Amino acid sequence: MSDALSPPPTSSDAPPSPGRPPGAAATGARIIAITSGKGGVGKTFVSANLAAALTRRGQRVLVLDADLGLANLDVVLNLHPKITLHDVFTGKALLEDAVIQAPGGFSVLLAGSGMVEYSRLTPEVRNQFLNVIQALAPNYDVILLDTGAGISDVVLFSISLASEVLIVATPEPTSLTDAYAAIKVLAMQQKRQHVRMVINQAARPGDGRAITSQLQQVLDRFVSTETGRGVRLIHMGDIPADPSVRDAVMRRQLLLLNTPGCPASLAIAQLANKIETTLLVPAP
Amino acid sequence: MSDSAASHLVDLRDLRLDIAHALVAQAAGSEASLQREAPSRYLQGLIDGLCELSLKDPLTGLANRRHFRAVLEREIDRVTRSGEAALLLMLDIDHFKAVNDTHGHLAGDVVLQSVARTLSACVRPMDTLARYGGEEFAVVLPACQAAFGKVVAERIRRAVANTPVRISPSVELNVTVSVGGAFALQWIRSTTLLWTDRADHQLYQAKSSGRNRVSIEEQPDSTVSAEEKSLLFGPLYTPSGWGDLPPLDPTGSAN
Repeated sequence: MSDALSPPPTSSDAPPSPGRPPGAAATGARIIAITSGKGGVGKTFVSANLAAALTRRGQRVLVLDADLGLANLDVVLNLHPKITLHDVFTGKALLEDAVIQAPGGFSVLLAGSGMVEYSRLTPEVRNQFLNVIQALAPNYDVILLDTGAGISDVVLFSISLASEVLIVATPEPTSLTDAYAAIKVLAMQQKRQHVRMVINQAARPGDGRAITSQLQQVLDRFVSTETGRGVRLIHMGDIPADPSVRDAVMRRQLLLLNTPGCPASLAIAQLANKIETTLLVPAP
Repeated sequence: MSDSAASHLVDLRDLRLDIAHALVAQAAGSEASLQREAPSRYLQGLIDGLCELSLKDPLTGLANRRHFRAVLEREIDRVTRSGEAALLLMLDIDHFKAVNDTHGHLAGDVVLQSVARTLSACVRPMDTLARYGGEEFAVVLPACQAAFGKVVAERIRRAVANTPVRISPSVELNVTVSVGGAFALQWIRSTTLLWTDRADHQLYQAKSSGRNRVSIEEQPDSTVSAEEKSLLFGPLYTPSGWGDLPPLDPTGSAN
């Protein structure tokens, strides 16, 4: 593999086309929540670049800004949408008009700043959110939910819509503590039996695995689910600390487009590979 | 606070300089603290003194409800940002109406003052102790770990129960309090109303299960105890910072 954007050998000439005939997606997209206990650990950065990497592998990807009104997806992707989820919720626009194309070739649905008023989770907001996801699921292979930080009602609700949870954490103690708290809540309240981990800004190879194993040991001791099996952490990969990331963020570009050969890009491509092989049907 | 009754009598809509001066000097216990020589310094001293008075409950000298609210709001800001634990306790003197009815309101005041003194001796300087209303008190305890919540509340309850109040040379009353408590929600911006409601609900639990007892809200799942933290970081970080990571788990429990 020469760089992160080289297509995988199995789909060398399959374009990331939205017009692909429905295969596995006929039953709906796989929904993966990308979350973190703490803000500022690169959650949105990972969501956007992972979406680009999965798209390059031939998956039809939608990133949904599930951090109602407070997300930075538009900032990271340098998007200025005229229509957002807020207009859909208020009946001013159709859902299909709110879905826009991001530079990486994937689709994005932004919440819009008016959504702050939805940060209280009423039954209506829940229903509208559910309807949106159900309406979109058949058109994609995978939907990434870029959730808010923390473990508020809104965050927990959007995570509850996902079959898989990917926690982004950095090696800092505060990030790990908050990731641990989030995993604990997910195990206890949502009865999650496994949660997937990606360690961002890893200092050295092996850091992520060691951190995950440490988290696992503490979880084993303090968290027991109803099944008695506890919650299992699955380490999906590390994204190394890489100066190119800052550069791409400052330019408001996807890392995978800006510096496709940098270590962090390669790591994200590897993460996409692992997610595809373990969670998705590989694109033809 | 025996001469505090005077401050009850001031009509704040008609507060004159000489009355303000008398009030502040009385509260400070001396004339010396107010220097008349430099007018700006004198006025600043007067304003500071009045502000101080406006935050205090005149009978007990504790924070009044206005001050309490401000402290609670600040604490919510802090907790939302830091994720630190903070405890709010609501206390109510058991059968206080009976004290008033049997021994009169002056005896009631003595009981309130005595309980306030006992409470003051139980809390840390960083805690805020307030008279919330009638015979109800509130304590805000910043940076109070979950494991200590019950211990602190229980210590307060015992201290009051073990301190009889002498209301006259021949009469000593045994006073007890019921205590309810709730921790601030970490990471979640709450409101002072929701927080006091939760603590109040626990106070109701303590009352209805027999009084002279403590009831603290169960901690939400999101709490990470000090023990969990030490286990999380112990092997990962040495005192010098990013330390030596433990060897990879050979059993592969993390994968």
